[in-house]
Amino acid sequence: MLTIKNLHASIEGNPILKGINLEVKAGEVHAIMGPNGSGKSTLASVLAGREEYEITEGEVLFKNKDLLDLAPEDRAREGVFLAFQYPVEIPGVSTTNFLRTAVNQVREYRGQEPLDAVKFLSVMKEKMKLVEIDQKLLSRSLNEGFSGGEKKRNEIFQMAMLEPTLSILDETDSGLDIDALRIVSNGVNKLKSAETATIVVTHYQRLLEYIVPDFVHVLYNGRIVKSGTKELALELEEKGYDWIKEEANAASV
Amino acid sequence: MASATQIDHLELLLGQDSSSSFPEMASSAREQALAAGLPAVKEEEYKFTAIQRKIEKSISDFGRAKVLELTPEQVAAALPEGFDGDYIVFNNGIPELNLSSFGQEGYTATLLSGSRPEKLGKVAKNEKDVFTAINTASFIDGLHIEVAKNQQIEKPIHFLFFNQSNSGQVINSRILIEVEANAEISFLENTVSVNDESYFLNQVTEVIAAPNSKSSYSRLQNESNQAITVNNFETDIHRDAVFTSNVISLGGDMVRNNLTLNLLDSGCEGNMYGLYLLNGKTHVDNHTNVDHTKPHAESNELYKGILADSSRGVFNGKIFVRQDAQKTNAFQQNNNILLSEDATINTKPQLEIWADDVKCSHGCTTGQLDEEALFYLQARGLGKDQAKGLMLYAFAGEVLEHIPDEAFRNHADALVKERLGTKI
Repeated sequence: MLTIKNLHASIEGNPILKGINLEVKAGEVHAIMGPNGSGKSTLASVLAGREEYEITEGEVLFKNKDLLDLAPEDRAREGVFLAFQYPVEIPGVSTTNFLRTAVNQVREYRGQEPLDAVKFLSVMKEKMKLVEIDQKLLSRSLNEGFSGGEKKRNEIFQMAMLEPTLSILDETDSGLDIDALRIVSNGVNKLKSAETATIVVTHYQRLLEYIVPDFVHVLYNGRIVKSGTKELALELEEKGYDWIKEEANAASV
Repeated sequence: MASATQIDHLELLLGQDSSSSFPEMASSAREQALAAGLPAVKEEEYKFTAIQRKIEKSISDFGRAKVLELTPEQVAAALPEGFDGDYIVFNNGIPELNLSSFGQEGYTATLLSGSRPEKLGKVAKNEKDVFTAINTASFIDGLHIEVAKNQQIEKPIHFLFFNQSNSGQVINSRILIEVEANAEISFLENTVSVNDESYFLNQVTEVIAAPNSKSSYSRLQNESNQAITVNNFETDIHRDAVFTSNVISLGGDMVRNNLTLNLLDSGCEGNMYGLYLLNGKTHVDNHTNVDHTKPHAESNELYKGILADSSRGVFNGKIFVRQDAQKTNAFQQNNNILLSEDATINTKPQLEIWADDVKCSHGCTTGQLDEEALFYLQARGLGKDQAKGLMLYAFAGEVLEHIPDEAFRNHADALVKERLGTKI
């Protein structure tokens, strides 16, 4: 589904990603871990199409299309979803309001009929249950005055509405208490299928107890320096990142 | 002192005909205008709005624009879709009652020449702004509205201004509204340019809101890009009365709005909401002034602007709290989004507070669209233009929601949406 080859990206001339290689297949869950500043969030942002980053080398294929060639909205329409680490507050725009436009644009792109108001509402009600989110919250200004947990639940709710094939969760767990974490993970797990894939970007192993990964990759200094199964996450939890850094530094000398 | 060329143009503006229905008032106003002269740019009040130069450049005839041929079809087409209420047509500034429609009771609409109200010129004073003096000296006839005591006028009264000049002429319009005690009413105004010729529209509107009355006046300024408008609007608000002004400016060459609310007693409330959506070279200047004179009164003000191309906006918000006006609540906010590097906004809150126990706040912001928010919406599948339009519309919506009449609000809303969806 997703093939990343030798991806290099920089911001304002500073290289952040220095040759990422990754293969994600349908039905898989990949966790990307790593110390702060290793480039995890950059990778998520580059995949979603954030414009501040300059791609200096490499390619990304998504369903055999050149992903890097597409505008952010077309990536979303193709089925890429980024759950933001810091969801944006937009005064005057409610979730319900913009999401109906978004959903119908995505549907149009995929050759599906648009949802009318009634149908949209019924789909919405069904998806709201997944993340236990209140309709009142969704008719308020987007994320304005929402708690950290509410913002992240809203992200997963939008993900459910847009039915992506590749979901990228960028530190969705940071700042969440256990209850919120459970609700959010539960939502993500229910949305998984044999046709979809998930990339979980996280700093902590805790989230991976709820969203169990098939593969764990450690990102350090802009490269994936180690890959393994979920046991690798446990090892990182126990031993920290220092040993990874030492190994990586020794290898690059 | 006014210079010689200023006097020349001013004399041309004032004209020589004595067709005023109020010759005495007109001739003393003429003296006042000549003594004051047209405002030069070095005058603080008109610092950012070179109205004198604009008039000199654009007005070629300086004669009064003649009454034009208007058909009922034209009038009907200018009403908002689904409009339910009374309407009064102004033909180049002069009320044309036979093209108007009056279905409601509880108020009267007469020509000023007929009712000769003693309050005329007592609210908007000639000495305050030279354009008021010019108007008093020059208007031929105007409209007088009286809303009777305790009357609740359910449907709005819509003023439709049809402006047309053949070669840069002058249009003066004059309205006096008296809302008696406990009465309720809302007014709407739309200025329509019949063609693209330049003209100078000089409006003066005076409102007296008697105790415990509730009234609003919503204006849509959507004139041709050749039109110059000066609007002097002043309201005296008495005890426990509420008055709300909404001003939506979408077009014109140069527009200057002087809006003054005088909060004359306790318990009264004055609200001012404004939206300016500018493109091309349009210049819109909103000077607002709220005068708190007695304790326990409240004022709320929110003006928002979206400026594209090389348009220019000016906002000057004066809040005056007199020594007597303890326990005043006065809030003011002005927010602007600049969509182009060539667009300019000059914004200035001006607070003069002489009482010591008051709650006053003001703030102004100027910025661009939030890139992070745009990316967020794009990442959810919205096209970039659509995301921009949605955000700008949300920004503007906060002002539009204050317009009380649904049909008029929808009309303004559709114009705003159209503008945001296309160029701006």
